[in-house]
Amino acid sequence: MGPSDLLPAIARVLPPARIVTAAAGLAAFESDGLTTFRARPRAVVLPETGDEVIAVVRLCAEAGVPFVARGSGTSLSGGAVPHVDGIVIALNRLTRILEIDPVDRVAVVEPGVINLDVSAAAIPLGMYYAPDPSSQAICTIGGNVAFNSGGAHCFRHGMTLNHVLGLKAVLADGTLVTLGGRSLDPVGPDLVGGFVGSEGRFGIALEITLRLLPRPAGFRTVLAAYHSLEAAGDAVSRIVRSGLLPGAMEIMDHLAIQAAEAAVHAGYPLDAAAVLLVELEGEAADIDAQFVDLEALIRASGAYNVRIAQNAAERMAMWKGRKSAFSAVGRLSPDFIVQDGVVPRSRLGEALVGIEAIGRKHGIRVANVFHAGDGNLHPLILFDGRIAGAHDRAEACAAEILRLCIALGGSITGEHGVGLEKRDFLAEQYGPEDIACMKRLQQIMDPRDIANPGKVFAPVTPADAARHFAATAATAAASERVPS
Amino acid sequence: MRTFPASLLKPTTIPEVQEAVLYAAPGVGDTTRVRPVAGRSKPALHHAGDGVVVDLAGLTGITEYQPDECTFTAFAGTPVAEIERRLAEHGQSLPFEPPLAGRGATIGGTVASGLNGPGRYHHGGVRDFLIGGTFVDGEGRLVRGGGKVVKNAAGFYLHHLLLGSLGRLGIFVELTFKVFPVPRAQRTLTVTCAGLGDALAALDRVRRSTTDPDAVELTPEGRVLVRIAGAADAIDARAESVAAVLGHDRATIAEPPAALSPEDAAAWWTASRDFTWLATPLAKVAVTPSRIHVLDAALAGAGATRRYGAGGEVAWVGWPGAWADLDALLVEHGLSGVALIGPAPADPMLGVRPDDAFLSRIRQTIDPRGTFRG
Repeated sequence: MGPSDLLPAIARVLPPARIVTAAAGLAAFESDGLTTFRARPRAVVLPETGDEVIAVVRLCAEAGVPFVARGSGTSLSGGAVPHVDGIVIALNRLTRILEIDPVDRVAVVEPGVINLDVSAAAIPLGMYYAPDPSSQAICTIGGNVAFNSGGAHCFRHGMTLNHVLGLKAVLADGTLVTLGGRSLDPVGPDLVGGFVGSEGRFGIALEITLRLLPRPAGFRTVLAAYHSLEAAGDAVSRIVRSGLLPGAMEIMDHLAIQAAEAAVHAGYPLDAAAVLLVELEGEAADIDAQFVDLEALIRASGAYNVRIAQNAAERMAMWKGRKSAFSAVGRLSPDFIVQDGVVPRSRLGEALVGIEAIGRKHGIRVANVFHAGDGNLHPLILFDGRIAGAHDRAEACAAEILRLCIALGGSITGEHGVGLEKRDFLAEQYGPEDIACMKRLQQIMDPRDIANPGKVFAPVTPADAARHFAATAATAAASERVPS
Repeated sequence: MRTFPASLLKPTTIPEVQEAVLYAAPGVGDTTRVRPVAGRSKPALHHAGDGVVVDLAGLTGITEYQPDECTFTAFAGTPVAEIERRLAEHGQSLPFEPPLAGRGATIGGTVASGLNGPGRYHHGGVRDFLIGGTFVDGEGRLVRGGGKVVKNAAGFYLHHLLLGSLGRLGIFVELTFKVFPVPRAQRTLTVTCAGLGDALAALDRVRRSTTDPDAVELTPEGRVLVRIAGAADAIDARAESVAAVLGHDRATIAEPPAALSPEDAAAWWTASRDFTWLATPLAKVAVTPSRIHVLDAALAGAGATRRYGAGGEVAWVGWPGAWADLDALLVEHGLSGVALIGPAPADPMLGVRPDDAFLSRIRQTIDPRGTFRG
């Protein structure tokens, strides 16, 4: 079977309505959350069951046609950008929550289930699913697994990997595998840990067993305003040193505050150089006792304004300001690039000074939002794509920030993944043997190189590189600007 | 078959580990194997066969520790006890309480065996606190997975593949962990129920409650132990909440909930970590609370000693008989386990084995000629 036989073969498995080939239907799938990369796939197929996904993957393997699995397309690294020679397998219809077991405290879900829907289903039983990427109202568990998504609670609760107990997946050559199980305390190699974060390069997860946590009895949320970013960062170090273990510690700088306030009116102080959002969670008496210490620490850290959420609505407003920051920045600038580097927490100050200098050098405004407890930065690099050369300058600025994170002993990505965006930088973070081992692993999982090809690793040949970038240039010029 | 002038190698540097692996790696048609050991606290994992033993006890030391970062890096042969002492000086710990620390367990052996202690329940296990690892693969290559920052989504998590691999894929040489602050106060509550069924009901109440315990264990006789930890000012009130949850159904209680003295509590959890409560060979079995009742009956019928940890997510089994019999019992119940203490079987995995379609590809990647293979 050759590449041209694929769509007729899929037509024997899926009804015509679930095979999209018309340009109008494909347009919505050309890019993901990172709109600078675009490529039009040959087709988008819409399976409704795991068996249909398996059948399509096996046909792709037989035909040697690339496939890109896609959930809601919220990747911020270009991880779900289609391949021009391939098809997109859209998983949005695999939305069954197969099981919620309140005794074993697990949920078994299909990959197209929305992150927040897992918690919605578990909350009546007093449980929730902890990982909370900012896009959690739309992103899918399948995508979370592929990119090991994070969120605001990683310092305490870890990333997606730490909440996946087991999974069933179809590898790129059609082989079915069952990894892990339901226990928190498994035996044998951590095969689940090897699959999570593989960015779709090994295959597609079809059933995912997630760990659920009991809902905390309460939260104490505080928003502190500072006259300098350094003071806010310093407060985080003091909190960590004190032995407190907050569920979340988030910082936003002046520019990010302006954007968030304009967008959602969360009540953030507009004159602040930085705000620090800290949240304690847990048993009621315990967080009350801890909050006494936390408040004292924050008041002693130079905060000029401290607001404590008095009820659930105030807490939600504080979080709304933070979680809307990315999209809100769209109000400040027609275009922006979100970076996702990580630095050791004690070097946050150095990193912020460095980012400011890089921005100044390129004449570019950079807004900063970050998961301060993890050292996970989210510089938002603002530019206007209508101005000649602006995008290139923004990319140059982003590249320097990534290299700064590597130089400080950190990572090029904390939670967005490498995707297309950062593939040229992975080999700067890891050594040649590390990269060689990762590539061998990818090749053995996907010998024909058809599962989300082009992602993670830098292209080997100029032709490889051209495949996505040529498509980008060709379609980006013609496409409308995607509203942020 | 080659014979080796040395069947025990004691590298003290990373390049020496690479040399040792290359020295003993099998040639064509050769069945020699490399067998990493260090603290020897889990002897059932050390089936030597015709292998060359690489003893990592000399590759030891904490290479980096920054309390403000909540991370440390240590060579694989570093004793857990040494790491815990160092962390304690700064009010920090590995919250999953690596087992057998009191019997010489090393950090490398802890990761290679994928073992967790009582603290696994609340804060997470070794797979959640390991943030990076460097290992020597079957070809003597030095490979790093992960990094030194607590959050990292770059590249594949190669170190996770070796976590729990029992030294059958490669040798960890250096590991980086995140750590947490030690809670300021803790207390242990215990209740004795009329039997295991009632104890499982109490366990379920605790797991669904908002009492937020950090360790929960139970015994087949019906005893449930719950440890809470956190702010000192709240511990009395929290202990009352836990007692109320444990004692909720009075008809099922043989001895009402009570707090252990600090000494008794410390003794219980230390014994729990070091398995001093057990005289027979030891195996770990991965379970979930809903499976305990049926498994326990089968194990009791076979004369095994049992204790359930991590809130009912693991069974620690004292097994008096042949490993093959436990293997068969676990297969019958669809469960997986691993032999840890006692005679060393050729394959220490018990019951349902990991997915070979996936694992064999990992072997081909990391250990293509079977240098470490069982």
